[in-house]
Amino acid sequence: MTDILLKGGRLLDPSSNLDAVGDLLVRDGKIESVGGNIAGPDGATVIDCTGQVVSPGFIDVHCHLREPGREDVETIATGARAAAAGGFTAVCAMPNTDPVTDNQAAVGFVLKQGRAAGAARVYPIGAISIGQRGERLAEFGEMVGAGAVAVSDDGKPVVSSQLMRTALEYARTFGIPVADHCEDPTLALGGAMNEGIVSARLGLKGIPAEAEEIMAIRDILLARLTGGHVHLCHMSTRGSVDLIRWGKDRGIRVTAEACPHHLSLTEDAVEGYDTNAKMNPPLRTADDVRAVQEAVKDGTIDVIATDHAPHHYDEKEREFSDAPNGIIGLETALPVNVTWLVKPGIISLATLIDRMSCAPAKLFHLPGGALRRGIAADVTVFDPAAEWTVDPKGFRTKGRNTPYAGMTLMGRVLCTLVEGSVVYHQGVG
Amino acid sequence: MTSPLGKDLLGLEHLSAEQISLVLDTAEPLKEISERTIKKVPTLRGATIVNLFFEASTRTRTSFEFAEKRMSADTVNIAIAASSVSKGETLVDTARNLEAMRIDMVVIRHQSSGAARFLAERIESNVINAGDGTHEHPTQGLLDLLTLRQRFGTLKGKRVCICGDVLHSRVARSNIWGLTKLGAEVAVCGPRSLLPSAIEQMGVHVFDRIEQAIEWADALNVLRLQLERMQAGYIPSLREYNRVFGVTRERLDRAPRDILILHPGPMNRGVEIDSDVADGPHSVILEQVTNGVAVRMAVLYLLAGNSPRLAEAAKGGA
Amino acid sequence: MANAPHTIVLSARAVERTVTRMADEIIERNDGTERLVLVGIQRRGVQIAGRIAAVIKAREGTDVPIGALDITLYRDDLQTVGPRPVVGKTHLPVGIEGVHVVIVDDVLFTGRTIRAALDELADFGRPAKVSLAVLVDRGGRELPIQPDVVGKHVDVPAGERVDVAVVELDGKDEVSLSAMVAS
Repeated sequence: MTDILLKGGRLLDPSSNLDAVGDLLVRDGKIESVGGNIAGPDGATVIDCTGQVVSPGFIDVHCHLREPGREDVETIATGARAAAAGGFTAVCAMPNTDPVTDNQAAVGFVLKQGRAAGAARVYPIGAISIGQRGERLAEFGEMVGAGAVAVSDDGKPVVSSQLMRTALEYARTFGIPVADHCEDPTLALGGAMNEGIVSARLGLKGIPAEAEEIMAIRDILLARLTGGHVHLCHMSTRGSVDLIRWGKDRGIRVTAEACPHHLSLTEDAVEGYDTNAKMNPPLRTADDVRAVQEAVKDGTIDVIATDHAPHHYDEKEREFSDAPNGIIGLETALPVNVTWLVKPGIISLATLIDRMSCAPAKLFHLPGGALRRGIAADVTVFDPAAEWTVDPKGFRTKGRNTPYAGMTLMGRVLCTLVEGSVVYHQGVG
Repeated sequence: MTSPLGKDLLGLEHLSAEQISLVLDTAEPLKEISERTIKKVPTLRGATIVNLFFEASTRTRTSFEFAEKRMSADTVNIAIAASSVSKGETLVDTARNLEAMRIDMVVIRHQSSGAARFLAERIESNVINAGDGTHEHPTQGLLDLLTLRQRFGTLKGKRVCICGDVLHSRVARSNIWGLTKLGAEVAVCGPRSLLPSAIEQMGVHVFDRIEQAIEWADALNVLRLQLERMQAGYIPSLREYNRVFGVTRERLDRAPRDILILHPGPMNRGVEIDSDVADGPHSVILEQVTNGVAVRMAVLYLLAGNSPRLAEAAKGGA
Repeated sequence: MANAPHTIVLSARAVERTVTRMADEIIERNDGTERLVLVGIQRRGVQIAGRIAAVIKAREGTDVPIGALDITLYRDDLQTVGPRPVVGKTHLPVGIEGVHVVIVDDVLFTGRTIRAALDELADFGRPAKVSLAVLVDRGGRELPIQPDVVGKHVDVPAGERVDVAVVELDGKDEVSLSAMVAS
C-alpha cells in the first residue's frame, strides 16, 4: 500500500479544534501525521490540496441502498460508490429492504456486500421489529453482534408506544440508538405534501407538521421514561426542533438528524407537481426551514443525514399522489449544505463538518470523524468554493430522482479516502 | 400561432382576468349556435379530440362532447376505469399513445390532482382539464362565472359564497380563482373538517354557519356533498349535514336580498340543497348547464390551432 | 391610425349618397321590399345594412328585417391566423326560408368572407335567393364570387389597403386608402 500525502490543504477537524493549512500523510491505511510541512516519502502519491478543505470523512447515518430486493434501483455497491463520490467514507443502510434486515444473517449480508464494494464503508442498521411490522422486537443482540450499529423501522413509524418503549429499554444493553421515523400514521394518511396553503392550492392531501411533532414528543417522553437513546430521523418542522430542545434541556437522551432537502427547499418546490419534490416528511414552509437551519447551528439537530432514497425513473414519472416518496442525496449533500448553510453564513465549515462527520461518528459509535494520528485514514478532500451544475446523468447512484437537477451549487468533493485508499477522485472512474 | 390562453387550459389559477374575460366574451355569442336548427359550425372540422375520462362523469363528458360536435370536431371517448390498471403507468403510456395517434386535443378527467398538467407537459396536443383530483375544474369555474356575469352584469363587488366540501372540491378552487380575479368577494362556508386548513390564505372569508353566509351573499354556489365523506369520517351523517349546512327554503326566506343559487351537479336533493331551492325562482342551475356547452366551445375555439402540427398542416408545409 | 397618411375615397357625404343609391338598387332588384332580409357581416357590414334599411324605410315606409352574421367560425384560415379573431354576434331576426337575403359587407376583396357567409346562411335555412351588396369592391378575388350591388369600385395599388369607417364604431363615415402596415 503506497503512502498518500495530502499536500497544502486546509486541515479542518472540529473534534480536535484543528483548522490550519498543512499536510496530512497516510501510511498503511492510517493517518501517519497531521499538520505542518511534511516531506513526501519515496514513492508516496502526492495529492495537491491547495485551496481544498481536508476533513474527516463524512458519515451518513441514514440512507436506503435498496439491496436486497430492489437491485434495479440501487445496490449496496452503487450506493457505496455514490457515497464515496459525495465525500462519505461511511454510510448506515436502513433495513427497509426486501427481505427486511431484521436478523443476524441479513445484517451479515449487508456488511459483506459493503466490503465487496470497496468504496464507502457500509454499516447495517437492523430493524426494530420483525419484518418492520411493528409487532415483535427483532433480535437486537444478534444483529449488533453481526455488525448492526443501530435499530430502526424507518420508512414507517413505530406506531405502538409500548413497542417503542420496549425497544428503547432493550437497546440499552447494547448501547445502540433507536432511530425512529416520526409520523402519526392516522394524521398523515393519504398525505402527499406538507399541509398548508400550497397543498390547499394544488388540491393535494396535506400532512400536518403535527403528524411529525406528536411522534417526536412521544419518543422524547419514552426516552425520558426508559433512559434509552432515541434518535429522531429527518426532523423537518419548527415544532419538532422546539420539542427536541425541550428534551435536551432536561437531559433526555434524544439526538436528531435533519436532511439537506429540509434545510434548503420549501413546499413551494412541489409547485407544478414535481414528483422529485415529494418526500416523507414532506418539504415544509420557509419558517420551518429557518428553524431547522437554526437547530443545526445550535446543535439541537446533531447530524445532517441524507435519507438517500433512489427510485426507478418510471416510479417517479407519474401522478403526484401516486409517486413514491424520497430523493437521492448522497452526491448532493455537501454542495446543498454548503450552498444553503455555509455560503449565507448560517453555519461555519467547521460546524458543517461536525454535523456531517464528527457528530455522527460519536452518536452511532463509529470509527472516523477525526483527523488524528493513528486512526484509520477516512478522509474527505473538497473545494468549498467550487461551483458546479448538478447533472444527475453523471451520478454514481442508479437513482436520478433529485430536485436539484440543473441547479448550480457550491462545494465539490475532490477525493475521498477510506482506510487510506482513494475510493473516489474527481474526474476518475 | 399562439393562443391567447396558451397551449392548454389546466386551471384558472394561472390565467389573468383578461384571459378569463376573453373566454366569457367568446362564449356569449356562441350560445346562439345551440339555438339553431343546425347546431353546428365548421370551425374545428378535421380536428380530432379525445375525451379521456379516468373517472366517470356523464355530465361533464356530455357537455364537452356537445361542444366538440357543435364545432365539427371528430371526437373519441375513452373511458378508463382506474381500478382496472396500475394508474401511473397508464397515464404515461396513454400520453405516448395519443401522441403517436396525432391527436389534436385531449380533454382529460382524472382522479389525481396535477394529472392534466402531467399530460400537458408530455404531449404536443392541447390539453383541457375536465377536472383533476381535488385541484381544478376550470371549465366548470368558467361556466359558473358566465352564469353569474349574465345575471349580475359584472362580478365586481358581488359576494359569492361557496358552500360545502371545499376541501375535496376542484370546482371550489376554480371558482375561488376565477371569482377573485374578476373582482368578486368570495367566501366559503362548511364544516371546518371539510375546509382546507389554510383556506383564509386563499383570500376568502370563512363562515362557520350557513345562516351567516346567506346573510352576506349575493349568490351561493352549493357544492355536492359526496357520500364518501361521511364514510371517511369527515362528518357524522348526511342528515345532520342537512340540518346544519343545508341550503333550505326556510333559511333563504330570511335572507336580506334575493340570492342566486348555483350547483355544479349532480345534486343530492335533501342533503346540501333542498328541492324547492334547486327548482325555485332563484336557481340558475339549468342556465349553468346551457352555459357549460358555450364555455367549452369557447375554450375549444381559443385553444385550437395552437398546435404547431395543425398550423404546419394548414400551411401545407412540413 | 388616424394620423397615418391616407387618401380619402369616399367622404361622409359620398358614403351617404352611395348607400342611398345602393338601397335604391336593392329595392329595384327585389321589385319592392317583399320578403327582403338584409344581413350584415360583422363588423361594419352590420352598420351599413342598417343605413340601407333606414333609406328603404324612408323611401318605401317598410321595415326591412336586418340580421347580423359573424363568419369567424366559418373562416377557412383559422389555423394560420393569429391572434384568435374575436367572435361577434350572429343574429337573424326572422327565418330565412324562402326569402331574399341580401348579404351586406363593407369591402369585397378575396371573396372568402362571402364564401363563409354563404356557408353560415345555409345552416340557418334555404333562402329563395341570396344577393350580395358591398360598399366597396376592391377586386382581387380568389373565389368565383361577384357582387350584385356595388357602392364603388376602387383600384387599390399594391401595398395599400381599404379602410371603411362608420360613425357607430369609428366616430366618422369615410372610406380611405392607406399604406399596409406590417402587423
